[in-house]
Amino acid sequence: MNVQLDLGAVFSEWPLLLKGIFLTTFMIVVSGALGVLLGCVLAWMSSQNRGAQRAIASLYIEVLRNTPFIVQLFFIFFGLPSLGIKLSPLAASMLAMTINLSAYSAEILRAGIESIPKGQLQAAKSLALKPLQTYTNIVLPQAFKNTWPALVSQIVIVMLGSSVCAQISTEELSYAANLIQSRNFRAFEAFFVATVAYLVLSLIVRSFLDRVIAKLIFKDTHG
Amino acid sequence: MVEFSLWDILRNLLLAARWTVLLSLIAFAGGALVGSLLLLARLSRKRPLEWFCAIYVKLFQGTPLLMQLFLIYFGMALIGVETTPWSAAVIALTLYSSAFLSEIWRGCIKSIPKGQWQAADSLALGFFDQLRYVIGPQAIKISIAPTVGFMVQAIKATALASVIGFVELTKAGTMISNATFKPFVVFTCVGALYFSLCYPISWYSKRVELKYSLKH
Repeated sequence: MNVQLDLGAVFSEWPLLLKGIFLTTFMIVVSGALGVLLGCVLAWMSSQNRGAQRAIASLYIEVLRNTPFIVQLFFIFFGLPSLGIKLSPLAASMLAMTINLSAYSAEILRAGIESIPKGQLQAAKSLALKPLQTYTNIVLPQAFKNTWPALVSQIVIVMLGSSVCAQISTEELSYAANLIQSRNFRAFEAFFVATVAYLVLSLIVRSFLDRVIAKLIFKDTHG
Repeated sequence: MVEFSLWDILRNLLLAARWTVLLSLIAFAGGALVGSLLLLARLSRKRPLEWFCAIYVKLFQGTPLLMQLFLIYFGMALIGVETTPWSAAVIALTLYSSAFLSEIWRGCIKSIPKGQWQAADSLALGFFDQLRYVIGPQAIKISIAPTVGFMVQAIKATALASVIGFVELTKAGTMISNATFKPFVVFTCVGALYFSLCYPISWYSKRVELKYSLKH
């Protein structure tokens, strides 16, 4: 058995790889922020006592959590045009990532919200804060702090999942690997390099969220 | 042109869904088997083994499943083993599940108070007896909810096997959608089928979790 790996053939296509890495990063930065934001709104809806709001939020969350990301992506990219909603591959990918992340982060935040002591809410009420003020100023900061590690993991999972977006020809990292292997027939090497790049990206995203963003968000919360 | 009715679409998708179910079951069972071996290695208190497992888990959790599928699919061909989408999918999903399951179970075992291990030690039980009689029974109770929850993740993960050409529910959806020009209907049905597979399991997992947390 004689296996020869030719990584040089892959690295010689570095501009493609770099472009792919850039797009994958761009997608997760935008979808990560929007997804968590939407997750906050959903968590707010499902923490309400109003039946309708709560039902809508939980239907949305359960449907997205119990179907594969690739099917959501195909539904948005191939299915929605028949309703007159035509999206570019990049827009469809980012929309799919955003709604997927929003459902998971809503569920994570909801667990964080439930763990907040009742006294906090009573204290907020006694200060005459409105429900929405209580949510954004009292509940959400604490929920974020309690669930931050889980949120970070979920954002990384969505980034890794975005490798599927090449299937609708979004030109992200795995698309670059696919393009390279179609040029030089070095399939294993191309996907190996892309895999290592994903691993490094996931480490960078994780430490960026843990060190930089966490400090920004939690700088004025105590405890 | 042959006209596809909604029933035709649904019937064909249901036929393909059998492969999704089969692949999920195999991946889950294989993952549980390999995962338990990894777990034992991780608990063995031998540094090299612990390191190996930690790196194994990090690698599988830190890279996309799609890339793992491709690497196994093309890697097997590279070392001269004949690959089919089916075998590559089974191997990749088994390894992927084993990493997650071993990590879930390790967490459950870690959550058992240290005193339990020490008590078992003081009873002069060996490592396997400690696991079997003292730690295991407690850890298994905690592990049911997350393990069942992972089953949902395993089912959803099988959808990626469609990318390397294995005809399961998602691939069948793509093919039928190409044949009928009704992507909206087809992918709604595909989504609904995944939902009807996954939701009962999610619901059960949540119920078990709730039951457990109420007891404590």
